Amino acid sequence: MMTDALEVLRAEARYGLVDALQLWKRNLLAYRRQPDLLVFSTIQPVMFVLLFAYVFGGAIQTGSIAYIDFLLPGILVQTVLFGSTQTGVGLAEDIRSGMIDRYRALPMARSAVIAGRILADATRNLFVMVLMIGVGFAIGFRFHGSVAGVVAMPLLGVLLGLAFSWISAVIGTSVKRAETAQVASFVWIFPLVFVSSIFVPVDTMPDWLQVVAENSPVTRAVNAMRGLAHGTDAREPLLWTAGWVVGIVTVFAPLAVWRYRTVT
Amino acid sequence: MQAARQADPPVVVRGIRKSFGDVQALDGVSLTIEAGSVLGLLGPNGAGKTTLVRILTTLLDPDGGSAAVAGFDVQRQKTQVRPRIGLAGQSAAVDGTLTGRENLEMVARLYHMPRRDAAARADALLRRFDLLEAAERQAGVYSGGMRRRLDLAASLVADPQVLFLDEPTTGLDPHGRLEMWAVIRELASAGATVLLTTQYLEEADQLADTIVVIDHGKVIAQGTAAELKSRTGGEFLTVRVSDLAMLDGARRVLAAAGDGEPVVDAAAGAVSVAVSNGAARLAGVVRDLDAAAVAIADVGLRQPTLDEVFLSLTGHRAASDDAAPPGRPRRGRRRA
Ligand SMILES: Nc1ncnc2c1ncn2[C@@H]1O[C@H](COP(=O)(O)OP(=O)(O)OP(=O)(O)O)[C@@H](O)[C@H]1O
Ligand SMILES: [Mg+2]
Repeated sequence: MMTDALEVLRAEARYGLVDALQLWKRNLLAYRRQPDLLVFSTIQPVMFVLLFAYVFGGAIQTGSIAYIDFLLPGILVQTVLFGSTQTGVGLAEDIRSGMIDRYRALPMARSAVIAGRILADATRNLFVMVLMIGVGFAIGFRFHGSVAGVVAMPLLGVLLGLAFSWISAVIGTSVKRAETAQVASFVWIFPLVFVSSIFVPVDTMPDWLQVVAENSPVTRAVNAMRGLAHGTDAREPLLWTAGWVVGIVTVFAPLAVWRYRTVT
Repeated sequence: MQAARQADPPVVVRGIRKSFGDVQALDGVSLTIEAGSVLGLLGPNGAGKTTLVRILTTLLDPDGGSAAVAGFDVQRQKTQVRPRIGLAGQSAAVDGTLTGRENLEMVARLYHMPRRDAAARADALLRRFDLLEAAERQAGVYSGGMRRRLDLAASLVADPQVLFLDEPTTGLDPHGRLEMWAVIRELASAGATVLLTTQYLEEADQLADTIVVIDHGKVIAQGTAAELKSRTGGEFLTVRVSDLAMLDGARRVLAAAGDGEPVVDAAAGAVSVAVSNGAARLAGVVRDLDAAAVAIADVGLRQPTLDEVFLSLTGHRAASDDAAPPGRPRRGRRRA
């Protein structure tokens, strides 16, 4: 194995990106050819925007800013989190179908199957977010910041999704079935979504929960995206989010690739 | 880094061991495949065939022993082994949402062929495997035989030095099986080095130059089909009775005349036993049957089938007789 280690790193550096792009293309084609999946996976987040805006909009006090302006960045992050669970589901399916054996016997980069899947999920996340911003706009959402903020807000969502996709990939390569990957995802996604500032300001929570919520990567990202959308100072939450993203990828990417390589 | 020595056989396996928990899947398997020959790895369900294929294709590390494929160590030189092998696994690994053409092009691109070469290669393979007409359809709607052919085509994309085919005809109907046999024969006559696993004795007989029989992770016999057949001690004497009630009488006569325990095939109303000098015994057996008042529908001498070889080697029948019905999960199943 030591003899091989250098070769592996060399192959990774040389082919990591091109191989991932091949898999990215494959996964996007697959999405495009399942129009039903695409339709429902876009209707759902749009529905969330409308439901929360109209059902909770009157009940939740968000101070001086309109609830829709408060809500939309949060809903975007929630969508991205749910979207990242698909990374694990897709990988588990590739393992079950035996497709992974084909890939692993090819002289391709070892990170590419997961990276390609994650890139495709990120692409889909971006597409869905743009759509949701459009719908939000129709019901009163407005940007109050700079043009750079408009561009940066969804990109930050994509970045957060990329990070969570690696966690999802570890799960997908550790379970036996796609269904398990799906169910297992909810176990960590739901607490992250609800113990955060996505739906309600965190200062309404009990003290101990506030500490958790305030420091969660989800809250940090939501606050950063709100800052970018509202034109307020977003530097601190941006730094925190960047830290979380780097931290999560550093821990979970090697873990996922290692799981992928040792799947039996 | 050690270079491939061309004179070495393309596959050399030495004492490979692998266990999963308390299941010893491979228990010291050794074998060699000469360049340009087809080795048939024959064994019942759970014998360890897939495990060996996965080790030789770098998908799984063995617990002990060593193996070299195309001159490179499968454990320490995976990066060198992979570009030189082709694998068609037990379940056809094709992407159902991609078309046949896209599947092959993707594999070619993952071998890092330039786009134009990849397209040409895909086209040539589609033509060769009679898939040109279905090339733009999604592989998910292909028939079982077409999927297998596409899978085999994908394993040939990079002109591998060694080809691994894990049960290439399992799940195919008789027509699909014959088609697949023709394809494999063509590859063999073009000089490919192939390791083929099968549960079908006939298939190994038809396609392989040498046969290695494994059971419970151990090699229990190897040689050409003819050599294996001679291992049972010669010919088989088979008697078919005209009345099933006489089957037991026939069995008793053959038990006395033959070299082993007779095998009764009640459905066919036949009893067989191995005999060493069949022609000389034939007349005596007919006389004894007559004396025992067994009415004979048919009697004759013949070469043993590989099924009978398997029985005489292992003491139990090959699993193709009680093969798992389609769809029943086989992985993880323990054998008694
Ligand atoms: N990943 C695994 N985890 C646990 N046990 C395994 C695993 N893979 C194989 N086994 C066990 O190892 C033994 C050999 O399995 P293997 O798949 O190599 O058999 P096989 O000869 O290919 O059988 P089949 O004809 O059913 O495909 C079996 O007992 C099987 O249950
Ligand atoms: Mg098998």
